[in-house]
Amino acid sequence: MPVLVFIEHQDGSIKKQSVEALCYGSAIAQRAGTTLTALVLGTTSADLSALGTYGVNQVMQVNAFTALSDTKAMANAVAQAAGSITADTIVFSNTITGKAVAPRVAVRLGAGLVTGAISLPDTTNGYRIQKNVFSGKALTEILVKSPIRVITLQPNAFEIVHQEGIATVTQHAFDIPASTITVKEVQKSSGTIPLAEAERVISGGRGLKGPEHWGMIEELAQLTGAATACSRAVADAHWRPHHEHVGQTGLAIAPNLYFAVGISGAIQHLAGVNRSKTIVVINKDPEAPFFKAADYGIVGDAFEVMPKIIQAVKELG
Amino acid sequence: MKILVCISRTPDTTAKIAFTDNNTKFASDGVQWIINPYDEWYALVRAIELKEKDASVVLHVIHVGGAESEAIIRKALALGGDEAIRVNSEDQDPQVVAHQIAQVAKEGGYSLILTGKETIDHNGSSMGALVAEMLDMNYVALATRLEIEGTLATVHREIEGGEEIVSTPLPLVLSCQKGMAEARIPNMRGIMAARTRPLKVVDAYPFASTTSNEQFTLPPPKAGVKLIPADNPELLVKLLREEAKAL
Ligand SMILES: Cc1cc2nc3c(=O)[nH]c(=O)nc-3n(C[C@H](O)[C@H](O)[C@H](O)COP(=O)(O)OP(=O)(O)OC[C@H]3O[C@@H](n4cnc5c(N)ncnc54)[C@H](O)[C@@H]3O)c2cc1C
Ligand SMILES: Nc1ncnc2c1ncn2[C@@H]1O[C@H](COP(=O)(O)O)[C@@H](O)[C@H]1O
Repeated sequence: MPVLVFIEHQDGSIKKQSVEALCYGSAIAQRAGTTLTALVLGTTSADLSALGTYGVNQVMQVNAFTALSDTKAMANAVAQAAGSITADTIVFSNTITGKAVAPRVAVRLGAGLVTGAISLPDTTNGYRIQKNVFSGKALTEILVKSPIRVITLQPNAFEIVHQEGIATVTQHAFDIPASTITVKEVQKSSGTIPLAEAERVISGGRGLKGPEHWGMIEELAQLTGAATACSRAVADAHWRPHHEHVGQTGLAIAPNLYFAVGISGAIQHLAGVNRSKTIVVINKDPEAPFFKAADYGIVGDAFEVMPKIIQAVKELG
Repeated sequence: MKILVCISRTPDTTAKIAFTDNNTKFASDGVQWIINPYDEWYALVRAIELKEKDASVVLHVIHVGGAESEAIIRKALALGGDEAIRVNSEDQDPQVVAHQIAQVAKEGGYSLILTGKETIDHNGSSMGALVAEMLDMNYVALATRLEIEGTLATVHREIEGGEEIVSTPLPLVLSCQKGMAEARIPNMRGIMAARTRPLKVVDAYPFASTTSNEQFTLPPPKAGVKLIPADNPELLVKLLREEAKAL
């Protein structure tokens, strides 16, 4: 039965995590010999027929939908879309919105729910999906027993693949009760790459001694197209804003590159970053626990090493 | 106003993660159990603050789990809960747990239900939305601030790359994170009072599970760190580009 993927869009483009979810959904659809439908709520200037290059057959768009801060209204729309095509697999990305809407859809459809999936379903013996648990310190396999499944895909867990194809775009109007949630204000930190979506992250810890030394973190981030992050100790000291704090009690991230400078690598910090593909640690203490979790490391003083790294990145262009 | 705070029990943040019974069960030997940090530090403390501001607020805590959880439930009462409800269920399926919370919430007539942003063991981050849907309530995730006036809540919440301020009528389910409140420690008076505050145990409400947790695995160990001399950062940049393909 068809696969439905929920698409998030912003400022005229489709979010990278949604593209990952499409490629994941496409792989499921292909294996099951079925079609892939993408659902877009609201208007966007993005070219939706181009989603065909990620394997989408049909894009359902609900142009008139505006309640994008109301999880109830969104779940209602997704459930109606899923019902209209009799989808048995509904895929979200495990983003702020996906995490808040997918569970509601699961309840509406009586579907089993797996959040933060990191593997394609294994159907050799039931329907099994892997996910991270214990804040990345372990994996588990979830057996889904219901005929309909709702899955949220962990960002950076599935590769984007391009194929040939053009999707047909159809407009839909669903009957959805008026939202009672009013958005009063939106504050966006502009210009910077959102940490949750970043492919590369440059992060600083208490070893940097003070907020006045963050210039080198920001410069390396700028040069490599990375977001900036920090340890909790740094956020608690108000050197950096709290939304940059990663770890067990902060944001959990899984970028391609996590570059940690002057961070000891406490277990609670590692819990938020240990799913990163490549971890680089710069620390002057060879005994810092972070080296055990790292792929590359330099034992040295950040104040001497960082300018040289920045120089080397500039020279390599 | 009646507030229900959902608390879950998790291994201490430094606990060693290991498994027994053919990797189907968490090895809990010697593990210290705590209230899931988000539930205690943010959801519960904010609810206590609301109660301190308005004496008519009634604050209940709920936990779905076995009898071994009574210590952490008592701690929640010591911090400031008026009454606790434990639903005696061991099922780990998030929708089974949500159903228990929703049933208790329905019977209790709560107008505000607070959860933590995520459990640090299951990492589901789904409970609030599940409960909200079962009760047909509004749900706002990742709240960093909450103010209540009459039957209207004003909530600051995290969105990707920023913050949004929304207003919504009660009843409401909210998941809470950093910013909502400052962690507290129970005082002697609270600890004494907690001994006499009611801890009701109710039987599980039947609900068929749709998922089960089958097999844990530990991630493969890292190959080991490649150390690069401090005077050769060019080599690091080169390896990151050519070997790790990370730049
Ligand atoms: C319940 C709980 C939850 C927590 N959650 C989190 C969380 O989510 N995220 C988090 O980050 N922490 C968390 N912590 C805190 C965590 O335990 C650590 O205290 C914190 O991560 C330490 O931050 P840090 O590494 O920046 O500082 P420090 O531990 O002070 O380490 C600084 C490091 O910098 C190095 N250094 C010093 N000078 C230099 C130099 N010139 N050049 C290079 N290196 C240098 C030092 O060798 C040291 O390793 C939590 C703690 C608890 C109890
Ligand atoms: N067994 C439980 N009993 C009570 N509340 C729970 C339970 N499990 C989860 N919660 C609540 O739901 C939140 C999110 O949990 P989760 O969806 O598992 O990440 C937690 O922070 C708790 O507030």
